[in-house]
Amino acid sequence: MKRVQFEHSAVPYLFIAPQIIIIVIFFLWPAAQAIYQSFLLEDAFGLSSQFVWFRNYSDTIFNPSWLQAAWFTIIFSSLVTFLSLSIALLLAVKANEVIHGASTYKTLLMWAYAIAPPVAGLMGNLMFNPLIGDLYQGMNAIGFDFDHKLDPVDASFVVILISVWKQVSVNFIFFLSGLQGIPKSVQEAATMDCDSSFRRFWTITFPLLAPTTFFLMVINITYAFFETFGIIDTTTQGAPGGATTTLVFKVFQDGFRGADIGGSSAQSVVLMIMVLLLTVIQFRFIEKKVHY
Amino acid sequence: MERPSISTHIILIIGAIFMTLPVWVAFATSTHAPETILREGLQFWPGGHFFETYNEVLFVEGGVMKKVTAVTMLKNSMILGIGFAIGKVVISMLAAYAIVYFRFRLGVPLFWIIFMTLLLPLEVRIIPSYEVVANMGLLDTHTGLIVPLIASATGTFFFRQFFKSVPDELLEAARLDGASAWGFFKDILVPISKTMIAAILIIMFVVGWNQYLWPLIMTTQEDNYTLVIGIKQIYQVLNEGGELPQFQKAFALTILATLPPVLVVLIFQKWFVKGLVESEK
Amino acid sequence: MAQVELRQVRKTYPNGAEAIFGVDMQIADGELIVFVGPSGCGKSTLLRMVAGLESVTSGEISIGDRVINDVSPSQRDVAMVFQNYALYPHMTVRGNMSYGLKNRKMPADEIERRIVDAAKMLKIDQFLDRQPNQLSGGQRQRVAMGRAIVRNPQVFLFDEPLSNLDAKLRVQMRIEIKKLQRSMNVTSIYVTHDQTEAMTLADRLAVINEGQVEQMGAPMELYSNPRTLFVASFIGAPQINLIPVTFDGTHLVNGDIKLAGYSRLPTDAPLVLGVRPDVLSLRDDGQFPVSVDLVEQHGGENLIYGSLAGAHSDTGESQEICLKAGQELLPDMDDRLTLGFNPDESFVFRADTGERLK
Repeated sequence: MKRVQFEHSAVPYLFIAPQIIIIVIFFLWPAAQAIYQSFLLEDAFGLSSQFVWFRNYSDTIFNPSWLQAAWFTIIFSSLVTFLSLSIALLLAVKANEVIHGASTYKTLLMWAYAIAPPVAGLMGNLMFNPLIGDLYQGMNAIGFDFDHKLDPVDASFVVILISVWKQVSVNFIFFLSGLQGIPKSVQEAATMDCDSSFRRFWTITFPLLAPTTFFLMVINITYAFFETFGIIDTTTQGAPGGATTTLVFKVFQDGFRGADIGGSSAQSVVLMIMVLLLTVIQFRFIEKKVHY
Repeated sequence: MERPSISTHIILIIGAIFMTLPVWVAFATSTHAPETILREGLQFWPGGHFFETYNEVLFVEGGVMKKVTAVTMLKNSMILGIGFAIGKVVISMLAAYAIVYFRFRLGVPLFWIIFMTLLLPLEVRIIPSYEVVANMGLLDTHTGLIVPLIASATGTFFFRQFFKSVPDELLEAARLDGASAWGFFKDILVPISKTMIAAILIIMFVVGWNQYLWPLIMTTQEDNYTLVIGIKQIYQVLNEGGELPQFQKAFALTILATLPPVLVVLIFQKWFVKGLVESEK
Repeated sequence: MAQVELRQVRKTYPNGAEAIFGVDMQIADGELIVFVGPSGCGKSTLLRMVAGLESVTSGEISIGDRVINDVSPSQRDVAMVFQNYALYPHMTVRGNMSYGLKNRKMPADEIERRIVDAAKMLKIDQFLDRQPNQLSGGQRQRVAMGRAIVRNPQVFLFDEPLSNLDAKLRVQMRIEIKKLQRSMNVTSIYVTHDQTEAMTLADRLAVINEGQVEQMGAPMELYSNPRTLFVASFIGAPQINLIPVTFDGTHLVNGDIKLAGYSRLPTDAPLVLGVRPDVLSLRDDGQFPVSVDLVEQHGGENLIYGSLAGAHSDTGESQEICLKAGQELLPDMDDRLTLGFNPDESFVFRADTGERLK
């Protein structure tokens, strides 16, 4: 809050109105609709509907395909988050060390930020295409019985690889700027106190990066939940047998392909609750845990 | 500081290859004839079919989609990217200004309404959102495509954070100088936010350009496809099989969809990184 | 030109915190008043209330004959120089100086005339087309003053304007501000926490402590005749020596030290004796046996710090004492000196209320 503020009756409302109007029409109203519809059961033609309390929820959540998707989402998000953060941290630490060519490395490592997930998905899909994809052939040549069209593990591998690839650059940018934000004098003091650069990293640098890491964890989980939709939609489309279906992909599938409005809405509401939890955790932690 | 070792450079080089090689291969392969690709697989060096492929994709009807050309899709993507970026900057600056610089009764509840958009990503309200836009007759329109996307809180939070860092004395001096609420915004705040505006425009252009799910359900006619949506369509064409798969065109399309946002990020790298990092504070 | 009057001015923040407790003050036309006090004492709040940047909870502020409580800042006919200058970073010097005048719809030629005049006076006429980030700290300071001057206000307000400058520049600007204020003869209020700045600039000083004016008067009056312990300790550098004592009916006592020459003081309350470092001198019959801890040589004078033998401070440690002497007095560490002073030149305060008794 500013020490001094304008005090006017109407002016601030005019300034804030555009955003609020759009939010009410395109965010709050649809969200309320989703919640409302999650309690309704519609007939196949959408002509009549009936209030069914939590039946859509119980139908959804105890459905094996939803549980499978939930399970996959958890594993998928953890792996994508962990792998893309680790790779990015390694690269950022190394890029922070070099003097010569630092900006070239930086550019090459961050530019993939600009690539859309579905574009990355299609690119990866083509690389793994059995007809032409060297990666597909390469995997088989080195002894894997690789077939991402049929094998759930192989399919997950493809989706995770592409998702990690797409996310490394964002994490890299943040880690590098976090590293550069650590005062030089702190680094120098640490150098005088501790000989091993490895130890120095884990005892000084990494703890100082904690806020960045934590923030990135939330960002990455959100990314793995939502933005990977474009990657999955252009690679496996949830196949084989729903093995690479995330919760978001399933909402889309059931809602648009399956036209199960009630069930899809119930899934949406469950997702809303998950996002809410993520946000609460984010704010809780950012207040407490973080050093500076 | 000690000299970085060889292993440092090796790790960085491997990382750089990991991040760039796929795109390079996509480009190289896109310049070969479909027969070559089918016979030999992915290509690491450019071939002789650059003009042929890109000409067909960009300008020839039926070259890549049933009738729409990549140029049209490029135009649609541009409209989405630029419209999204400008729309977002305008509404979020105005809202952030109201929140930071005014004391008004509904200020706090309205702030929380804006905050709530973070809890409601498109994916959790997708079908009702589609219905709203459909009922308003906005399917297949630029308005319907852009406006629902620009209201989320990210931009508002970014400017709120920046405005809070502007010294209070600037407003006090301006008030002694007789500036009105609008005058302070227009004469002082917007000009001193120039760099921030540029940074956020760049980021939002990329974000807008890369939109996928919303345009996917919003656009039903080929004329309105963006490049990123075209990706989805070509994916389907490739998977349905039929005649000789036109892999080179698929690759060309990914390159075209990648090029503009990548160029923007590379050219404005400094602002972009600054904006990205600042926006998340 | 106008006099400024504050009548029972109070400030309570919406959260209940009280900042100003009823201030009465009259500032004459053309006078330079300095508000001085420790940080958080309310001096800036008071200034900002005059500027209109803080609302007045109760009481009245008037400039000339006009009560300005509810007048917007830009209509008050005041100009302010801020601590961090608050220059508009994207405007040139000329732009900074003209912005307020343009908002008043002043004709362009009149604006230009005023800017050129002020710039000449401040010797910044060659920088008019530069932006603030191309100027040095001192030059920015001048631009901030120029922005105030062109408005030709009835009252100048200065909010710690020199605190961002280095020591040498601060002294130089201090002199210039004083000269400028003299020649323009505009009523001015100047806020600072620096007592040297306050002493040298002010026609009259208002020492502010915890939201109240402790004492107001000419600088030397406050120095030689402080009304409270707070004023005595705040005004004067090096700081006044304060020694906790009690009165036994004839003498002031602290441990082995017994001081004669005092009368009619309460015997039942803890007291504080105040002796300025410059009234102490080397005397064979002096009251204070001192062992030297440290000598600071300032060139023309030496400051001698020592501890008072046989006496104790509040906390039970040795009582420190400072003497201001000429450059010829240069004792070694642990030397013993005997210092004396004339009781008429010392002050006695009540320790609990800070009220001056003698």
